[in-house]
Order: sequence, then C-alpha cells, then structure tokens
Amino acid sequence: MLTLTSPVETWLHPVRAGWKLFALCVFTFALFSMEGIQALVLALAFVVVLQLPCGALFLRTAARLLWPLWPFVGIVLVWHLWIAAPAAGATVVLRLVAAVGAANLVTMTTRLTDMIAVIEWLARPLGRAGLSPRLIALAIALVIRFIPVLSVRALQLSEAWRARSPRRSRWPLLVPVTLAALDDADHVAEALRARGGAG
Amino acid sequence: MERSLTHIALFAALIAVLGLIPQITLAVGVPITAQSLGIMLCGTVLGARRGALAVVLFLVLVAAGLPLLSGGRGGLGVFAGPSAGFLVGFPVAAFVCGLIVERWRMAIGPAAFVGAVTGGIAVLYAFGIPVLAARLTEAQIAGMPLNRNMSLPLALAALYLPGDLIKAVLAALITRGVARARPGSLLSRSAAG
Repeated sequence: MLTLTSPVETWLHPVRAGWKLFALCVFTFALFSMEGIQALVLALAFVVVLQLPCGALFLRTAARLLWPLWPFVGIVLVWHLWIAAPAAGATVVLRLVAAVGAANLVTMTTRLTDMIAVIEWLARPLGRAGLSPRLIALAIALVIRFIPVLSVRALQLSEAWRARSPRRSRWPLLVPVTLAALDDADHVAEALRARGGAG
Repeated sequence: MERSLTHIALFAALIAVLGLIPQITLAVGVPITAQSLGIMLCGTVLGARRGALAVVLFLVLVAAGLPLLSGGRGGLGVFAGPSAGFLVGFPVAAFVCGLIVERWRMAIGPAAFVGAVTGGIAVLYAFGIPVLAARLTEAQIAGMPLNRNMSLPLALAALYLPGDLIKAVLAALITRGVARARPGSLLSRSAAG
C-alpha cells in the first residue's frame, strides 16, 4: 500500500522522527498562540521555505495534500467578508494552511516504519497495563495486511451482485462485507493461537 | 486475547475499506462517505471497548501517514485541520455506540439505531463542532457577539446531519443483518465476548 511519505529524498528525511514531531508540536502551539497577520504570513513563509530545496515534484505533492482544505478556506473567507471582518478571516486561513502544511511536511518526510517506532515508544507506558508493544506492532501489521484483503472481498461481492442484478450494488452488500471481517478475525485468531498465541 | 486482537485489527481495516467506497453527493452538494458508518459499526458490532480500540488503531495508522481517510486523506495534517475534532471524537463515538447496544437489552436493530444516533451523531458532533468553530473563526472579533461565531460551524454541521442520519439507519440495518447471520459473532451482545 502507498503511504504519504514522499519517495523524493529530501534533507528532512534523515532527521530523527521524534525530533520532527517535537518541532511540529512546538510550531503548531506557537502558531495557535500567535496574533497578527504579519507573524502568520512569516510562519507560512517559513513552512514554504523549508520545502523549497526539496524540488518541484515534492512541492507539487505537498500542494495536492493541501487541496482538500479549499472548501473550508473558501467558506471561511466568504463568511468573514460577509460579517465584514476580513482581517479575522485572513488570520484563520493563514493559521489553518500553515498548521496543516507543517504537519503534512513531517508526514511526507518520515517513513512509516520510523513513525511506527515512535508510536511504539510512546505506547511503552501501556506495557504495564498489559498492552505490550509487540501486540501493538502485530495489530498494525494485521490492519495493513487486511485492508487489501477486505477490499478485494468487497469488490468480489459487488461483482457477484452485478452478475445477479441490473442495478448498482447498494448498502445491503455491507452485511456480507462486515461478516467477512468477522470471519477473517476468527480465522486469524485461531491461526495465532495455533502458533503459540499473540502475547 | 487473540480473538480481541484480531477483531480490533480487522475492524480497523474495515473502517479503511469503507473509506474507499466512492462518496455519494446529497442533493445539497455535501459529500457523504461510508467511513463514519464504519465507526458506528465498530461500536454496534464489537461493543464499547473493542470498538473504541479498533477506531484508535485506525487513527494511529492515519497519523502514521497512511492515506486511509475518505478521499485518500491522511497523515498528521488532518489532525491540524478543521475536522480534527471529529477524528478525536471517533473513538468516543464508537464507545458510546457500543455501550448502548451492550447495556440496553432491547431488539438489536432499534438498540443499534439509538446507539448510532447517540454515539455517531450526538457525541461525535459534541467533539467536532467546537474544534470546527475554533479552527474556522477567531475566538474574539471586535464588536461581534460570541454566539455569532458559532453560526458558521453549526451551519456546516447541519449540512452533514441528513447523511449521518441515513448512516445511523444503515448501521442499525447492517448490525441486525450481522446478528441474524452470526448471532455468536456479535461481540457487543455475546456473553462470552
């Protein structure tokens, strides 16, 4: 499965994931306590400048990741113009784009394995409550493995539907899809137990 | 132990697969996706604890950088965006869905519907709307009464309400279908689970 990590190697890729996440937390916190349009423009410019050395392809991908924000940006601007507070609207939009842009930058320059290592490190205190890092890693691996399996199952069920009916497949199909997830869960649990258990 | 683990993992995968279903656009032009249906199903089928854990696992993978949210969104950016409150509310929503189905000993269909409406709509919106308000408006605009600030996020939420009501009905129907086909597999209602 594709991750959002950019295949274009940038100067940010070798930086430790933990440091990048820490920097992101500090930056986001600063962003939300910042007032004034100039400061926010500078913050947004900072996020853009960080990505400039990464090349055109990287920048284009970053822009595409920001694209889902445009309905919000549009609505916020229109609404703030309507209540005659354009400065507040600009503040909100700048802050939103800078925060999401910075977070996307960390996601795009950190490999999934590094990110999961950080998650396991963060989850260490849970070990005392009986949730060992091994179990979390196993659960993550199972999800990643079973997303394509369940997608194929859903596709097969929808094809079978179309073979029987001229109409498009609709929600009743989700009953067998859910049953497939339940059955697979039982089978995998048996397989795990047969191999000595998950604990 | 193994059974809990695999059910949590498989339902986390199910939420992701439901996010892949192309979104339908309602008459008002608001896209509705099957993803929050997956959140409701986690609660109504797996029960409160396992359902919530499945959703947490799903969100961990989204935060780690997998594009599993509907429309191929994912990564840390979605937690910085305007819908972050809804994402944080997802596990609580699944928990409440599950709690109602577990505790309320009535027919599974109506119980699942009440659970889905309470958890998947009331609780979820209680998390989502304040964050939406904080991200889309300034806390204080000079000469503006505070309650006017809520009108934009409330209007946005109202656009999604019809779709979410449809999804609550579907969640109830699907849960009833699952209960009929595999009474023992419905962990939210099985004593052994």
